[in-house]
Amino acid sequence: MAIVSMTVNGKPVTADIDPRTLLVQFLREHLRLTGTHVGCDTSQCGACVVHMNGAAVKACTVLALQADGGDVVTIEGLANGAELHPMQAAFREHHGLQCGYCTPGMIMTAVDMANRLGPDLSEETIRSELEGNICRCTGYHNIVRAVESGARAMAGQPMREAAE
Amino acid sequence: MTGTGIGAPVRRKEDQRFITGQGRYTDDLARPGQTHAAFVRSPHAHARIRSIDTSAASAMPGVVAILTGDDLAADKIGGLICGWMIHSKDGTPMKAGPHPALAQGKVRYVGDHVAVVIAETFAQARDAAERVEVDYEPLAAVVDTAKAKGAGAVVHDEAPDNLVYEWHLGEKDATEAAFARAAHVTRLDITNNRLIPNPIETRAAIGEYDAGTGGYTLWTTSQNPHVARLVLSAFIGIAPEHQLRVIAPDVGGGFGSKIFIYAEETVCVWAAKKVGRPVKWTSDRTEAFLADAHGRDHVTHAELAVDENAKIIGLRVHTTANLGAYLSTFSSSVPTYLYAPLLSGQYDIPAIYAEVDGVYTNTAPVDAYRGAGRPEATYVVERLVEVTARQLGMDPAKFRKKNYIKRFPHQTPVIMNYDVGDYAASLEKAMEIADVKGFGKRKRESAKRGKLRGLGYSSYIEACGIAPSQAVGSLGAGVGLWESAEVRVNPTGSIEVLTGSHSHGQGHETTFAQLVSDRLGVSIDTVNIVHGDTDKVQFGMGTYGSRSGAVGMSAITKAIDKVIAKGKKVAAYALEASEGDIEFADGRFKVAGTDRSLAFGEVALQAYVAHKFSGQDLEPGLKEGAFYDPTNFTFPAGVHICEVEIDPDTGITKIERFTAVDDFGVVINPMIVEGQVHGGIAQGVGQALMEGAIYDESGQLVTASYQDYQMPRAGDLPSFQVGMTSTPCPSNPLGIKGCGEAGAIAAPPAVINAVTDAIGHEEIAMPATPQAVWRAVQRARPAMAAE
Repeated sequence: MAIVSMTVNGKPVTADIDPRTLLVQFLREHLRLTGTHVGCDTSQCGACVVHMNGAAVKACTVLALQADGGDVVTIEGLANGAELHPMQAAFREHHGLQCGYCTPGMIMTAVDMANRLGPDLSEETIRSELEGNICRCTGYHNIVRAVESGARAMAGQPMREAAE
Repeated sequence: MTGTGIGAPVRRKEDQRFITGQGRYTDDLARPGQTHAAFVRSPHAHARIRSIDTSAASAMPGVVAILTGDDLAADKIGGLICGWMIHSKDGTPMKAGPHPALAQGKVRYVGDHVAVVIAETFAQARDAAERVEVDYEPLAAVVDTAKAKGAGAVVHDEAPDNLVYEWHLGEKDATEAAFARAAHVTRLDITNNRLIPNPIETRAAIGEYDAGTGGYTLWTTSQNPHVARLVLSAFIGIAPEHQLRVIAPDVGGGFGSKIFIYAEETVCVWAAKKVGRPVKWTSDRTEAFLADAHGRDHVTHAELAVDENAKIIGLRVHTTANLGAYLSTFSSSVPTYLYAPLLSGQYDIPAIYAEVDGVYTNTAPVDAYRGAGRPEATYVVERLVEVTARQLGMDPAKFRKKNYIKRFPHQTPVIMNYDVGDYAASLEKAMEIADVKGFGKRKRESAKRGKLRGLGYSSYIEACGIAPSQAVGSLGAGVGLWESAEVRVNPTGSIEVLTGSHSHGQGHETTFAQLVSDRLGVSIDTVNIVHGDTDKVQFGMGTYGSRSGAVGMSAITKAIDKVIAKGKKVAAYALEASEGDIEFADGRFKVAGTDRSLAFGEVALQAYVAHKFSGQDLEPGLKEGAFYDPTNFTFPAGVHICEVEIDPDTGITKIERFTAVDDFGVVINPMIVEGQVHGGIAQGVGQALMEGAIYDESGQLVTASYQDYQMPRAGDLPSFQVGMTSTPCPSNPLGIKGCGEAGAIAAPPAVINAVTDAIGHEEIAMPATPQAVWRAVQRARPAMAAE
């Protein structure tokens, strides 16, 4: 067993874990933060994306021990209390989710994308940047609209309403 | 109720929990004292099991129990079932072999379940599963669909030729006569590639047994928890129906693959009693590839006959359908009654004859996947029609229009009675949105850059609203396919709607609430949709085949009508008027011709306090239930147009435009409906260009991960142009037709018709991967296969 300590969604956590525990298992099973999902086990689908030390990582491919001393943010830590993060609000406004299973990873990837590339994301950029996130429900059409709109809203620009 | 009623693009009520990480999927649940299951799976496609040695595994840390097929047999647990009886053309019933939940004596595909290891942790269960020693005697395997019939390897002794059935539909003699007088016959050999459904949430289950009450609970990733309970009780014999509760909480996509009652879920609920603790299993993605039911996998020879006026006069097909190693829950119906009755497409075809051989192979079971039979039929019809137009030198749109059914109702030669439609309207609208007029210019511009551009049409029809129970019963279905609903009005006027439909992405919590809001004039925020729990909802058939709107919402409508009728009685007492004078509109019960009225909520309160009427005259309370059995299938139809540009040097096909115009009848929430269309198109494009399950000759699944099986990603797809036309469905009270499968049905032929238009010949099969397209481009243009 091994001791691991990190900050998750602003709170310090320490646990004694099997060294082979993956970060996603640590979050889901030890901390019961089940918003981070597992879709493929092979680092392909992106349902497990969280932020570690400010960057998007696939939590199914990171050992919990690798996050020791680090700062982890999950989908549960994104909203400011009852106030949704602009990217969360954009996914709802643009119907960027159906079954909701890939959604936490999509949103965490999208926030990271906007953090890195700024508020003006072209459709081509968004589609290319979503290479590591698979959605089986939406055909990505509305996810692209949501990311575009959410990135703008993150920069303080008003959220564009979905066309009807 | 402007803004939240029928037709409004209401933002989804369920989204709040999904976007904040508060969804509750089966794997998110943890039961006190739960153990974890890992399955020992066959590494061979076909083998006899000589022995299973569990001694080393049993000694591993944390192991609680190891169970095999012998334990199942000792407990008299029945096998998995196929719920649709198909008879061969000679009248004999289909030849079904046994399907034990853990193998008994033999394994029949790679991934077949041999034993289960139950341990304190998932890691310990997996570690121990690797130490279970199974002595296999490998046998020759049969894998290839086209070669299965009469192959040396026999999957089940019950079907010595690997033939489950030789079924047919239509009129053979009339069809032969039509072909005999044809001016032109088009012949095509068509493969409908095998797909793996791949909802992003894999299957999962927790079984629990309560020794105090003798009751079982199964939490599971199901599209139809009541059907699961019925099958687990009545056929598999786990527990009596009233002692088994099945809960399907949030479910992360299904696409058909979560309809079926599988081995792993069965084992979890059975094993929970044996070990006296909850047993949890979550499939990993590799297991999902190996052991979820696959889709499609047809090999077809198809022919279309036209007369000298380019009028279609006959169609005939011979299809071999791969059913895999065992008959999954609804597998037998997919290539028969969900396939051949759609072979008339949107066309007036006086003579049709279809023969279908269902075959066993040493591959995963094949069952319904989004569209289920209807994509296979549409692909056959729309490839035949497109190629025929090209061979006749006719514009494909004009050829379609000429042959469209124009008068309704229309009885096809293959069971279906189309109620309503306007196919030309969808075609014209799609051509306008797709700017077909500008295609020639775009093609020339592509050519200047050395690229090949092509345009492809697909006029699809599907039969949804599954289904009139008497009709499907006469065709061999083991269940009725009505739907139930219960509308419970609380004393405060808020409402719970219990539905037998199940949402796994379709947005029922919003659209069903919109219906209630619209009909009862109440705020959508006071309506709660309850589904997915057999202890809450009395019974229901679940969600598949685009049935939840047409059938599920019709049941809710019926129950709402009863609530209004009861409310009128209550209001009559409360307003001291006669019942016949009470009108209900805009959320108020009103005495006709007066200004005396009560709001819906006030009447609800009166119904529960029961102060204004005697219990002898009227029962207190306001709760009504309904069962709705449809009187016909519904027939969504439309036209999709795909425009591609191919790089002949790399074979890469880029979808430049994809236009969908669909007639779904009345639409409750256009935002959700468009989302369904988008998702369906993506799966259809996936089938056409990327996806294909490949087994090697020995029966190993080569495409068992996302590195090997190409799922459509954001960069593979364009934004879609979606339009709608509407001819309301006359057979249900809402005019709904259903929208869930349209994209997956329509897209594959639209894409392949565009690719073949670009490369100039028809010799390409799905998936048209860059390698396949590059080879097709390089090949000298072959002679057209025409007479």
